[in-house]
Amino acid sequence: MTLNTQTFYELMRAQGTSRRSFLKFCSLTAAALGLEPAYANSIAYAMETKPRLPVLWMHGLECTCCSESFIRSGNPLSSDVILKMISLDYDDTLMAAAGEQAEAILDEIPKKYPGEYILAVEGNPPLNEDGMYCIVGGQPFVEKLKAVAANAKAVIAWGACASWGCVQAARPNPTNAVPIDKVITDKPIIKVPGCPPIAEVMTGVISYILTFNKLPELDSRGRPVMFYGQRIHDKCYRRPHFDAGEFVQSWDDEGARAGYCLYKMGCKGPTTYNACSTIRWNGGVSFPIQAGHGCIGCSEDNFWDNGPFYKRLSYVGAGLGVEATADEIGLIGAAAAGAGVAVHAGLSAVKQYNRKKPEPPVAPKGDQS
Amino acid sequence: MDAQVTPPPEVTAPVYVYELPVRLWHWITALAITMLAITGFLIGNPAWPLITGEPYNHYIMGDIRFIHFTAGYVLAIGMLVRIYWAFAGNTYAREIFIPHVWKREWRSSFFRTIRWYLLIEPETAKEVGHNPLAQLAMFTMFLLGVLFQIVTGFALYGEGTGPGSWANIVFSSWVIPAFSSSQDVHTWHHLGMWYLVIFVMIHVYMAIREDIMSRQTIISTMINGWRFFKDNRP
Ligand code: HEM
Ligand code: HEM
Ligand code: SF4
Ligand code: SF4
Repeated sequence: MTLNTQTFYELMRAQGTSRRSFLKFCSLTAAALGLEPAYANSIAYAMETKPRLPVLWMHGLECTCCSESFIRSGNPLSSDVILKMISLDYDDTLMAAAGEQAEAILDEIPKKYPGEYILAVEGNPPLNEDGMYCIVGGQPFVEKLKAVAANAKAVIAWGACASWGCVQAARPNPTNAVPIDKVITDKPIIKVPGCPPIAEVMTGVISYILTFNKLPELDSRGRPVMFYGQRIHDKCYRRPHFDAGEFVQSWDDEGARAGYCLYKMGCKGPTTYNACSTIRWNGGVSFPIQAGHGCIGCSEDNFWDNGPFYKRLSYVGAGLGVEATADEIGLIGAAAAGAGVAVHAGLSAVKQYNRKKPEPPVAPKGDQS
Repeated sequence: MDAQVTPPPEVTAPVYVYELPVRLWHWITALAITMLAITGFLIGNPAWPLITGEPYNHYIMGDIRFIHFTAGYVLAIGMLVRIYWAFAGNTYAREIFIPHVWKREWRSSFFRTIRWYLLIEPETAKEVGHNPLAQLAMFTMFLLGVLFQIVTGFALYGEGTGPGSWANIVFSSWVIPAFSSSQDVHTWHHLGMWYLVIFVMIHVYMAIREDIMSRQTIISTMINGWRFFKDNRP
């Protein structure tokens, strides 16, 4: 696999695409990124002039759902992204090369293009036993990850695994799997969480970097604001039912059939930052809430440990072995306080009664009013 | 602290304790917290049965949330004014902010109050401001509880108003990551409600009890500001 320095446009023309289709592609990409139509020109300019972006895609502890999602991107088509926009020089799942030949690329690219390539990470490294729980090409993944990250221009954390830890980092986390920002501390990291992330969000992030030659604006947790700036709830098409107070009460009631809000069924849309309610899934066909099921918060930190999928709030004290809801704890506390008050009031009444009895000897006169 | 401020002879003369801003603030805050607890509970558990019809015919959740946010602003702005008054007001205006735990008299008076509440002590001391136990409860349960609710509440509020809004910049941007997820902030904000509910239960009980059993007026003090004493003994 040698690095191709052709531009995207040159490649497209070489493959017989007309200029007209090329420009159409640019406008569609601009729309997918939520940019004004005028930006189609910047995209066209970037694709005509910039050499393709070298990308190394590494896999740690993961289930490959991010790759599965990515290869289904409709706009831009993932094939366009992989074959034309970027130069995907290493991806052990997708590449044809294998064995030592493949692993050699991981040494070669950072030397050849220091500070220019993007490292995309799917999955995360386990740290226990010096990283022995994830060996790739005979070496602990954590060591390879650090080595390849050292010269990268930026790092993309694909999915909940690389961003937050996900299921392998859920309690009790026997391998001590950690999100990649725990081991890569000196590079800009773009977190693209989700389990998996939406395909168009993944390709959108890459298109943006290529077009503007800079990283998209990130929020305080490192996620691109353009896709993760709002919660599912903020743009959910069932939101009018939420505001009206029209809630599904059980999975088979009239409200469920009429498509009411799933808040009381434990929908985590109000606490989940992702673009599902706008971009949706599978080329915009649908998304979980549209299919009648609440959001399970797959793009949120800790989502495996945040209590059941059918409860909006977390269990408290789960780590201590007592799992209780906020209301259970509150009610116990309030009941204890109420009982304490009642007992104390009773005893106080007795004391007051006894105090009042032997009045005559002291009987000081109150001077009030 | 009260011990040195009030030498025995004047003790029985009434003292102006809670100035008008403190009294106004107290009752406005009490109302706001009551509204916040009721609407907050309903936000967490919209307990009503299925409502049907076109959504534009109802705005129940919207109204409840609106009341919650309005009361939230009232609570927060009230708290800012109250903090200002801790500087501008009399010495009693500072009691709930800094209980003088490091002073020996404060501590001995504190244990006396505990004995009084355990029904061991026959009488209270004459307290001009709050008794030490009340000061401590006001600080740990009320002040910390309310500040926690304001910080987490505005962090949740800023999520709704979105990136770029003041609440998002000032609160959401660091509070949500500090709790690791918005869901946890909701959970702790919800627990915070119960913390304050427990405070209010005990507080109202104590106010009524002390009004009857202590040696000074209590409830009327929070209405007219004056502390009257019921006897002439020191
Ligand atoms: C005494 C103070 C307060 C109490 C007792 C209280 C109580 C509650 C409760 C119980 C909830 C439901 C939580 C859940 O289950 O998700 C809630 C939600 C909320 N509260 Fe408060 N709150 C207080 C102060 C505030 C303040 C000062 C604000 C700021 C404006 C605020 C803003 C919010 C917001 C934005 C929500 C989420 C609403 C939603 O998800 O639709 N709260 N509150
Ligand atoms: C949500 C309800 C309430 C809250 C959050 C609350 C909070 C407070 C706070 C923070 C103080 C200290 C004031 C200061 O020193 O700045 C206070 C004092 C006081 N409150 Fe409340 N209060 C509530 C309800 C009530 C009610 C219903 C009563 C009447 C029975 C009451 C009676 C009093 C009295 C008498 C004092 C003065 C106590 C003393 O002199 O030591 N409060 N309250
Ligand atoms: S279904 Fe979920 S995301 Fe949609 S409005 Fe209801 S609570 Fe919000
Ligand atoms: S709706 Fe929620 S759980 Fe479903 S994919 Fe989107 S963020 Fe994940």
